[in-house]
Amino acid sequence: MRPFDYIRAEAQSDATRAGAEGATIIAGGTNLLDLMKLEVMAPDKVVDITRLDLGEIGEARDGGLRIGALVTNSDLAADMRVRKNYPALSSALLAGASGQLRNKATTGGNLLQRTRCYYFYDTDQPCNKRAPGSGCGAIGGASRLHAILGVSENCIASHPSDMAVAMRMLGASVEIESEDGETRVVDLAEFYVLPGEDPSVETVLKPGDLITHVILPAPRAGRQTYRKVRDRASYAFAMVSVAGRVSVQDGRITEAALAFGGIGSQPWRDGHVEEMLVGEEPSTALFAKAADALLADAVTQDGNAFKVPLTKRTLIATLKDLTAEIAQ
Amino acid sequence: MKDLTDIPTAKVVMDKPDTRNRLDHMAQGVIHKGLPRPDGPLKVAGVATYAHEDQPEGMLTGVLVRAPVSSGKMTGLNAEEIRAMDGVRGVFHGKTFLRNPAQGTANEAPIQPDGEIFYIGQPMALVVADSFEQARHAAKTVKLQIERSDAVTDLSKAEAEEQEDQYSAQGDLDGAMKDAAFTVDQTYRTPGHTSNAMEPHAAIAQWDGKKLTVRASCQMLKYNVNELADSLDLEPSQVHLLTPFTGGGFGAKLGISHEAVAAGHAAMELGAPVAVVLSRQQVAEATMRRSETVQQIRLAADAEGRLTGIGHTATVSNLPDEPFAEPVTQATPFIYRGENREVGMKVKRINSMAAGSVRAPGEAVGLTALEIAMDELARASGVDPVELRKINVPEVDPSDGRDFSSNTLVEALDDGARAFGWADRETGRTDGDWLIGYGMASATRVNMIGESHARITLEDGKVLVETDMTDVGTGTYAILTQIAAEMLGVDPAHVTVDLGNSDHPKAAGSGGSWGASSSGSSVFVACENLRSRIAEEMGVEETDLTLQDGIARAANTQRELASFGTLAVEGVIDAGKTGEDVRQATFGSFFAEVGVNRVSGEVRVRRMHGSFAAGRILNEMTARSQCLGGMTFGIGMALTEELMFDPRDGHLVNNDMAEYHVPVNLDVPQLTVNFLEERDPWANPMQAKGIGELGICGAGASIVNAIYDACGVRVRDLPATMDKLLSGLPDL
Repeated sequence: MRPFDYIRAEAQSDATRAGAEGATIIAGGTNLLDLMKLEVMAPDKVVDITRLDLGEIGEARDGGLRIGALVTNSDLAADMRVRKNYPALSSALLAGASGQLRNKATTGGNLLQRTRCYYFYDTDQPCNKRAPGSGCGAIGGASRLHAILGVSENCIASHPSDMAVAMRMLGASVEIESEDGETRVVDLAEFYVLPGEDPSVETVLKPGDLITHVILPAPRAGRQTYRKVRDRASYAFAMVSVAGRVSVQDGRITEAALAFGGIGSQPWRDGHVEEMLVGEEPSTALFAKAADALLADAVTQDGNAFKVPLTKRTLIATLKDLTAEIAQ
Repeated sequence: MKDLTDIPTAKVVMDKPDTRNRLDHMAQGVIHKGLPRPDGPLKVAGVATYAHEDQPEGMLTGVLVRAPVSSGKMTGLNAEEIRAMDGVRGVFHGKTFLRNPAQGTANEAPIQPDGEIFYIGQPMALVVADSFEQARHAAKTVKLQIERSDAVTDLSKAEAEEQEDQYSAQGDLDGAMKDAAFTVDQTYRTPGHTSNAMEPHAAIAQWDGKKLTVRASCQMLKYNVNELADSLDLEPSQVHLLTPFTGGGFGAKLGISHEAVAAGHAAMELGAPVAVVLSRQQVAEATMRRSETVQQIRLAADAEGRLTGIGHTATVSNLPDEPFAEPVTQATPFIYRGENREVGMKVKRINSMAAGSVRAPGEAVGLTALEIAMDELARASGVDPVELRKINVPEVDPSDGRDFSSNTLVEALDDGARAFGWADRETGRTDGDWLIGYGMASATRVNMIGESHARITLEDGKVLVETDMTDVGTGTYAILTQIAAEMLGVDPAHVTVDLGNSDHPKAAGSGGSWGASSSGSSVFVACENLRSRIAEEMGVEETDLTLQDGIARAANTQRELASFGTLAVEGVIDAGKTGEDVRQATFGSFFAEVGVNRVSGEVRVRRMHGSFAAGRILNEMTARSQCLGGMTFGIGMALTEELMFDPRDGHLVNNDMAEYHVPVNLDVPQLTVNFLEERDPWANPMQAKGIGELGICGAGASIVNAIYDACGVRVRDLPATMDKLLSGLPDL
């Protein structure tokens, strides 16, 4: 761990000002501290935002929820409004990490957690995300954890969050305060950026930006689920996960929202796949067609090619569950 | 203060069986019972001091620097820059540094390559600073100057050397395969494993100008003292090792390791205490891996399933010139019948971390493959898997005609089948998305003892047991307490066991499942001597003496034990002819019920049972814990554990516990364990055999066989992760 300066923000403006001057924001620290110990991340200055008043879950004007960036994963998963109206989010949170980590990890921090790519963690290995221009060790190397969608020739790292996958499916957006005190709201669909030329840039956040809240839109009709497939029963990242919400009326799908973890460079959502489902009668053939569309552009390595059939099977089974009353 | 020079020695060499079953004739009634570990409360309360927890005043901290390339010669480093960093006290590299830890019982320094690099992760230098944080950052800032050279990092391109001394053949296996009614000829693969002991490798060294005192996390002090002295060019008498508690070893702490040698070197150079702890990543990549194995197994059987031939040849790997080769075929010569046999081993040399002992070297992976093959034979022949094993249990060791000291495999199979409800299993069952299957496997592990010494002092009716034996979390404190309490008739609360101090009499150490038998027997022998001396004073035969609750009774007299003054003796046990005259092994059986998710191929073990026979069970609570731990390792071996190496440079890819998947609580269902009542007179005077590793040996096969039963996919390449099952799962 490189020696660093520590400051504690008493007001949001302390955090945005420090951020603009190059400080890295720390909240729960469940990911950042590990990375700092390994010198994968080596900020000169960290600004601790845990004293800010961002720990409440409020109601948004349209009937949704406005979740403070410092709400812990445990508290968010246990919130009765979340459990009732956004059960996929509660399930996703509880599918992640361990009880101890969820007690520390925050909503804002979870959105920003870094990839678990083995090569990102090993500072003697090439990694364009950690050291731009050094190359990608995972391409042609160990790639079991890695993405098959939204990858580039410079990076195949997957986004590790469960929470963000459910939020993506729910149409969440991120409220951001910038150094000048302005607040903007960015849809999660626009929040992450693809690896492209420079995989070290992962979001649209600029220095001085502070995530203050995550906004969930008003609850929508339909059944929700979060299905996570992993190598052990707990404390493992998703090989694939599916967050889904499907509404069925008169034997036809009227609404569908699907997001995927473990397979994308960011929490993955493909509107085209959802459109294929809407207006149709649920059937295995339809679900298989949707899965094929989702995976049409998959780029695989030896170590993660199995995620194509795995994702297809998981999506079909998830959609069957979500439409079970009619798809006998 | 007792005078140690005057203490007599009582020695037993196991040249003949001991059928007296003396422990059965004692009166205290504490042996075999589940005595909780006396060290347990200390550990729970955090007052048991592990290697890094007993910190002397003025202690400095050292952090090791890894080699970033797989082969080459280190010519220097940016020492000036490092020495100028905050808090840095010293930068060391060169000829004292170990290439890799010593192998178990090596008794001498491992290779010290003086800057030559053999694998990525090899500790090349040590940075010592006032604080851990300063040392870690400085170590991270070190730039090694390296002249690179060619390396062999891709196993598929490494040449295999035949191990001629490990080849043996009888009869005509090719012919037997040709004539057989049923055959299996398959190749099985197991990946590398790592021990991942909870306590990382740690050492604190202090040098007083003449003697080096090292608090370290070790399994075998007798050997470790010599290995450390040899590594540092000291006399063994100049090294004092202290390991009162070891937070798990599983083979990774059998031999002296980087941290103890580096800490000792720095402490001698700097004249201050120096602590070195390996990070979790360093434990993973710089201590010991179990080698991956490629195993060809051939089984030939007649129409009834009786084996006529067994072939088992394996290829493993290690660093150049490293003497250890995973003894994959260790159980194959004796577990099943068949007059035509062949076993053989090959080793590939590779620039990747050292291979050594990890959790039952040999049988853990070798028997697992053999037991998958036996399941394939059961399927091919239509013979029930339990029955198939029972009809193939040999009368004598088929490889050399020796008798077994005891062979309880049939009883263990029957007991396990009964306890699990094997005969009543319902095949083809589903539970929601889960396809249910059942599988079983045999267990066996070779049994042995090693020379072991213990000093017993009886004073004021209280007993002191002193030996350099270690307790690696297995229950040594408990069982030595019980043996002494039982033999000398005192309450266990009046027994003090003092372990892990190299000034004490030298024990065999913890490893190879021999610790309890060896160190326990030395205590037993010492106690028998004290009993004889008490009997003599009372004028009776030792066998007529009753010791109970601090009272000695004989004929019509009784005396308090406290009235005999101070009695002390050093007890010694050593292996003898019984280790050669008969085949000694422990036996058992595993039964597992698994669910295979028909969508994803995820596997979850739903329940698992083991029945084991290992002679006298000294403490049924700690013995059970050993077996539960072994079965849990079996779950990991079957389903999740795999060291991943990058063939482009040989580096260990998943070097932390996030990505090397040991089973977590949710992966481990209800496990049940039965022990069979047994006394093995050939083993030692306690008629007890090693239980430490038996629970691992074959455990994984019962799960892999259950997966086949559930979904029809035969996994021959462990672990059985979902990607290997997907193509065989039913359409959705």
